[in-house]
Amino acid sequence: MNVKALLLCLFLPLPALAQGFAGLGSEAEGFSIPQPDRALRFPADHGAHPEYRIEWWYLTANMTGPDGAPYGLQWTLFRSALAPRDGTGWQTPQLWMGHAAVTTQDAHFVAERLARGGIGQAGVRASPFAAWIDDWAMEGPTLDRLRLTASGTEFAYDVTLQATGPLVLHGQNGYSVKSAAGQASHYYSQPFFNLTGTLTLPSGDVTVSGQAWLDREWSSQPLAADQTGWDWFSLSFDTGEKLMGFVLRGDSNYTSATWINATGTPTAFSDGAFSATPLTRHAVAGRQVPTTWRVTLPERGLDVTVTALNPNAWMATSVPYWEGPVIVEGSHTGRGYLEMTGYDD
Amino acid sequence: MTRTVLSALLSFWRRNPLQLITLLAGLALGTALWSGVQAINAEARASYDAAAESLGQGRFDRLGLRGDDGMPQATYIALRRAGWAVSPVVEGDYHGIRLVGIDPLTAPGGLGPVAPQTGDLAAFVSGPGQIFGRAEVLQALPDSGMERVLAPDMAPNTAMTDIGLAQRLLNRDGRIDYLLVSPDQPLTRRPLADVAPDLILTAAEDATDVARLTDSFHLNLTAFGLLSFAVGLFIVHGAIGLAFEQRRPMLRSLRALGVPLWHLMAAMAAELVLLALVAGALGVLAGYGVAAALLPDVAATLRGLYGAEVSGQLALRPAWWLSGLAMAVAGTGVAAAGALWSLSRLPLLAGAHPRAWAMGANRRGQAALAMVLLTASFGFAIWGTGLLAGFALLGSLLIGGALALPPLLSAVLRLAETRARRPVAQWFWADTRQQLPGLSLALMALLLAMAANVGVSTMVSSFRLTFTGFLDQRLASELYVRAESPEQVAAIERVAAVHADALLPILSQQQTIAGEPAEVYGARDHATYRDNWQFLEAVPQVWDRLAAGEGLLINEQLFRRARLDLGAMVTVTPDLRLPVLGIYGDYGNPVGQVIVTETLFRQTFPDVAPTRFGLRVAPDRTVALRSALSADAGLAPESMTDQAAIKALSLSVFDRTFTVTTALNILTLAVAAFAMLMSLLTLAAMRLPQLAPIWALGLTRRRLAGLDLIRAVVLAALTALLALPLGLALAWALLAVVNVEAFGWRLPMFLFPADYLRLGALALLAAGFAALWPAWRLSRLAPTQLLGVFRHER
Repeated sequence: MNVKALLLCLFLPLPALAQGFAGLGSEAEGFSIPQPDRALRFPADHGAHPEYRIEWWYLTANMTGPDGAPYGLQWTLFRSALAPRDGTGWQTPQLWMGHAAVTTQDAHFVAERLARGGIGQAGVRASPFAAWIDDWAMEGPTLDRLRLTASGTEFAYDVTLQATGPLVLHGQNGYSVKSAAGQASHYYSQPFFNLTGTLTLPSGDVTVSGQAWLDREWSSQPLAADQTGWDWFSLSFDTGEKLMGFVLRGDSNYTSATWINATGTPTAFSDGAFSATPLTRHAVAGRQVPTTWRVTLPERGLDVTVTALNPNAWMATSVPYWEGPVIVEGSHTGRGYLEMTGYDD
Repeated sequence: MTRTVLSALLSFWRRNPLQLITLLAGLALGTALWSGVQAINAEARASYDAAAESLGQGRFDRLGLRGDDGMPQATYIALRRAGWAVSPVVEGDYHGIRLVGIDPLTAPGGLGPVAPQTGDLAAFVSGPGQIFGRAEVLQALPDSGMERVLAPDMAPNTAMTDIGLAQRLLNRDGRIDYLLVSPDQPLTRRPLADVAPDLILTAAEDATDVARLTDSFHLNLTAFGLLSFAVGLFIVHGAIGLAFEQRRPMLRSLRALGVPLWHLMAAMAAELVLLALVAGALGVLAGYGVAAALLPDVAATLRGLYGAEVSGQLALRPAWWLSGLAMAVAGTGVAAAGALWSLSRLPLLAGAHPRAWAMGANRRGQAALAMVLLTASFGFAIWGTGLLAGFALLGSLLIGGALALPPLLSAVLRLAETRARRPVAQWFWADTRQQLPGLSLALMALLLAMAANVGVSTMVSSFRLTFTGFLDQRLASELYVRAESPEQVAAIERVAAVHADALLPILSQQQTIAGEPAEVYGARDHATYRDNWQFLEAVPQVWDRLAAGEGLLINEQLFRRARLDLGAMVTVTPDLRLPVLGIYGDYGNPVGQVIVTETLFRQTFPDVAPTRFGLRVAPDRTVALRSALSADAGLAPESMTDQAAIKALSLSVFDRTFTVTTALNILTLAVAAFAMLMSLLTLAAMRLPQLAPIWALGLTRRRLAGLDLIRAVVLAALTALLALPLGLALAWALLAVVNVEAFGWRLPMFLFPADYLRLGALALLAAGFAALWPAWRLSRLAPTQLLGVFRHER
């Protein structure tokens, strides 16, 4: 999911982007680069890594209302560093961006927050865990027990998360390769959250319960030059098994996947094992975005159709993309989340 | 044929260059003053727009602390963490430039030079940083390592940079002056009272709306520009009318030669448009000069009076010079309408009698119109409300007065004629009356200019007199100091106990009262106020009743705008409702003001601590007090201002306010004098048939020239006499109607006879000078030319 780097780097100066990431200039110098032998340590690694260029705390949830209606929820905190150091005061070169969304079958609510580091407006603390921007927060005594809040002009939510399984490290012990050229990130997940809480929507408050999935990832490296976007899936099957898989679209696509069994043991699959093929496209925000997919992982006998719960789940944020809950049918059934970027108009 | 007709028409101007100059100069001068004023107004408006655009002035609600010391940054963070979508701003004076620091990540929509999505955000918020401003601002900034970015759309005298840098440059680390409140707020946020109870929310429309405050000032300028233009049109009207009458024979000949009427009219219209464009272009050029010369004063006035930043530099805007040209063409059209109408009705075989023009056939109609307008002005004075009614009053008064001039002069001359016994005297008065129509336009211009001069100078001088007296009563304390911290306040109190006779805290708080932006002041019960303050209206024992907390005082602005008379209940806060005990004059302040006792003020606004104080001390001990404050309370010299310095500053702001008015006034007078000269010169050439017989009867040329000179002075003197009442009426209208509407205060009218005498003498001198050259030419006229009159007698 290093491709989310693109998203964050769009947040950075456009001229620099046009020159390619190397054009970010001397500020790029000095950032730490993910290393395959770096062992992840917890709870320290739940906190921020200011010496890396980009990082995120990315939570998605599939929920059900009292009447059985499906809902989706997103809470994301991005960190983007202009220079590999932290500090206090306005001049601290750390920028923060928060995205929150609630998706129903026929509506999609989005909010965005931006903040400077160093003044207390946004940040992450490893223990006791707290990630916040403005009044949005994900915090708790440990990462296993969290309260999650966010609000926009039309919606708000306040939910609690309880982990029922272990952390899952992607790739090679959390070292996740993102291209044939070797770009990589540090990447782990907590895909076993039980969620209960309340969504506040224009139609009123809704009590919900469901499952949530937290992704943690940080890196300093850009996409390969030919990579234009990605399609990322996090699927939870009714069997208790889970799948994380992504396609990096480029001259030749690069795929990667992690199969997680019901007890949380991961199996990593390298390029080519996982495939995702668009079946139908949907016009949203002036673009054609595939909202029905055929997803396969033959080694696990997986051949499913993934359909957006609401094809209009467009994130009209300063860096726009598509992110929303999906329904899984076929060899396996279940729910999940889909994120698609790089579908420019 | 068109070419032939046009060249025939234009040949007239070639033969009469003086008339051409009159026409062009009159129109150019009028256009110059009009477009100059327009340029100034356009520049000021552009500056306000830029301020609104780049600083969000008046667009967003604001959160600020009571007093003007700003809030700690922690308050901002607390609000953000409570869900408030607010954005911090730091503002201050940096080497004479208003430096504004913003946070581009939280700034509400479109504010500031960089947006997160588009601008070079990284360069703005990190590294050496960037500073945005107009070219002259960037030049004036000292080098502090930042990248200077040219931003022509930025408000004048304003530089914008990142809030972190601004805090450092302004030495305000960890402080925030105010917060802009985004119109889009999240669904859930904690109440302000729970998070930051000491902050006050100011609605967007209440925040200093510079454009609204300064509207009346610009309307004033526009009125002056229009007046000058009208005077210019008088000249143009005279020149075109004269030229038309003088060309009657030519027009008749052209018609007789077979030129169709419509063709002739089209050719004449084309000729006029051509002349209007030439004069308009000259006028716009000169107007640019006028504007460039006056703009620094206007900018100073606006800054002093309203705190509005206006660029002192002039930009050439197409809308402005096009409208200047259009005004010139339209004005010429108005001035020439009569002439073209006459042409359309010109009988083919009519006699060519240019003198017929000078007789002015419709004097009766003019007198009737004058009566109507003067009556209307009475109506406006009595029943009119609003600034527009005020200007309608001025307009009808001035035009009515001008139109009434020729009939009045004619009546006076007729009276003099019947009283005259000697033949030369009889001839003199009769001849003067006969010349009146030809001179009346110039005399009307003179009347207008003089009346405006009398009116405006009376208004300004009355205002200045009132203002000086007001400053004396208002600035009663000998020394004014400003404290930087609570510790310094304590130190000042200690020093004052020893060295000063009294310490008067200045407690103030912004508040919306009766729907008007206003300031609430807390006054300590002290003899200083009782001895010095004067009221426009007050209940008996006003100070005792105020001290007892039985009511409050309001300024005249609030009294007029909110219509709060003595005894009216004023809601200061929901908990504080008191009747009005007194109304005081408060000149030079654009907003309303309320005064309550110090006790009530401290109860109502417990968080407002005084940072400014007035100190009473015997004048000879002021120096000792200053040095004690500096040594024992650590006050910087710039934190202490003595009474004299404040008075001088206030008066200089006042004087600058009216520099522009005075300058426009003098220019108008100059235009009128010029009109007089041109009329006399043109008349001189036409009067030979009247003079020749008198000369033949034995009056010398020198004697005739002398009589001409006397005539000009007599006419000017009569005009000046009539201008005086008109001017005083104008002054009354300005003081009692326009000022009240524009600024919210009514001023007592004082008379300045010496000034009027000096102005009258100036007018006579101007008329004398204007007549000198034509008279000198007459005295040197070759006898053959006078004889020629008899030879050419038709």
